[in-house]
Amino acid sequence: MTYAIQVHDLTKKYGNLVAVNNISFGIMQGEIFGLLGPNGAGKTTTLSMLSTMQKPSSGTATVQGKDVEKNEDDVRKAIGIVFQDQSLDEELTAGENMNFHGRLYRIPPDERDKRIDDLLRLVELYDRKNDIVKTFSGGMRRRLEIARGLLHHPSVLFLDEPTLGLDPQTRNHLWQYIADLSKEKNITIILTTHYMEEADRLCDRIAIIDHGSIIALDTPQNLKNGIGGDIITIKTPDINTVSGVLSEPWIHRIETHNDEIRIYLRNAEQHISDIITTLNQENIAVHSVSIHKPTLEDVFLSYTGKTIREQEIDGKEMMRMHMRMVRH
Amino acid sequence: MDIIYTIWLRSMIRYIRSKSRIVGSISMPLFFLLFLGFGLNSVVRIPGLGENYIEFLIPGMVAMSVLFTSVFSGIQIIWDKQFGFLKETLVAPVTRMEIMLGQTFGGATTALIQGIIIMVISLFVGLEVQSVTGFFIALGFMVLIGISFTAFGIAIASRMDDMTGFQLIMNFVVFPIFGLSGALFPISSLPSWLAPVTMLDPLTYGVEGIRYGLTGVSQINPVLSFMVIGGFACIMTIIGAFLFRKISI
Repeated sequence: MTYAIQVHDLTKKYGNLVAVNNISFGIMQGEIFGLLGPNGAGKTTTLSMLSTMQKPSSGTATVQGKDVEKNEDDVRKAIGIVFQDQSLDEELTAGENMNFHGRLYRIPPDERDKRIDDLLRLVELYDRKNDIVKTFSGGMRRRLEIARGLLHHPSVLFLDEPTLGLDPQTRNHLWQYIADLSKEKNITIILTTHYMEEADRLCDRIAIIDHGSIIALDTPQNLKNGIGGDIITIKTPDINTVSGVLSEPWIHRIETHNDEIRIYLRNAEQHISDIITTLNQENIAVHSVSIHKPTLEDVFLSYTGKTIREQEIDGKEMMRMHMRMVRH
Repeated sequence: MDIIYTIWLRSMIRYIRSKSRIVGSISMPLFFLLFLGFGLNSVVRIPGLGENYIEFLIPGMVAMSVLFTSVFSGIQIIWDKQFGFLKETLVAPVTRMEIMLGQTFGGATTALIQGIIIMVISLFVGLEVQSVTGFFIALGFMVLIGISFTAFGIAIASRMDDMTGFQLIMNFVVFPIFGLSGALFPISSLPSWLAPVTMLDPLTYGVEGIRYGLTGVSQINPVLSFMVIGGFACIMTIIGAFLFRKISI
């Protein structure tokens, strides 16, 4: 196996704000690799550096062995990008947008026309080829952008929040495309997302990124296994007394989060009655109990102490404060 | 070269599709031509042309149409920035110089077409083209004005994040360039303190060049006009390319 992307100590600073902090990772050829984290965690900045759109403050990154700073053009030829924000020309037709892209990447005319038709069929937009993009829905635009990103046969495809703002049905549809694509064409795909489910379902490996640093990197399964079995969540007013009374050896660990107790343990189904019994004996009121298998959300919570949503709100607050400081 | 052509081609497709823009940018010089032309024709005497103010005004209106269209075409880069399309071109394996030149030629071509439309309309209100050579001389000057001010628009757009400053630029930069250029009045009849200001305005030389081509009469030697507006086109292209290179999104 060879590396499609290698990143060493990559850092990006904007003044005092460290957007990406000393990250390192490698992505294998043909892998679907996810950068998962809240908005503002540094995912898009990382992608911008890998796609030569921004210069790293320090550290190095190579794509297909080419340095993103020294061999800008070689990197650009090797990659396809679907940006987070739309980047189509709305005044042009789907076919013209594709044609423009093909010309920019200097694909010979015959080959260009053939590939455009093939790709438009792949994303089921062939019958809309001569329609102006302005008339397209969000999902159609996304599909067109993915088709366009593949036109010059990139070996690495960057997808920045590919399903942001799409309805669940379209999202499922796109996930299927992306999964098929990587299998059929053996393209390395690196995608950013803040949807846990998306990362879980699509990615071979995931880097969880928070405040510009990678806090965990593994397969989704290993990440979930790593937090120690199942999770029992108990809502109770006596939040602080619970951890004192539960000390059985099969309990992996106990955390409190907001007004909930989270108990990590294996085979939760077998032990739940014991836990309830103990709590009843100690006269601790239980409002509700639930068991669930660990999700990536739990992984994120266990590493950062916050859910991804809470982290996003904090992130926005920080951004606001930063803007205020810059302004004054 | 093929990349410059690609960017140019996109400008052309967009131009042809935007019917309202074509009509909108013709209307202003056309109204000027009709209202000022017919309104002042009988009261204004132009040295060398006698009482024919309309004939004097036509080259000015052609220049005006080229000026406004080209500045606007250049500034459109801001839209590409806002609607994300600029990213698509910036991340492709092409140089920024190629993108900038394609955009400049695209803008200059649309401006030229707009100018020609005004010229054709002018045929009905009194324009008599003196010679084929003269017509091509006028076209040449229109191309130079187009290149200069598209590049000027790109330079400004490279430093602006949104369209909020657009009106400011139009009112305080582009309109004075037009007003001081001698498009509406002969330079020789200006008060002595204003004449030097007019001579500093690059558009003056463009207008005079077009006027020489269309009417055979001009107050500035056409060779000098050609050198000044040609030089200005080169300088603006260099400045535009330099600023566009530093554009960040």
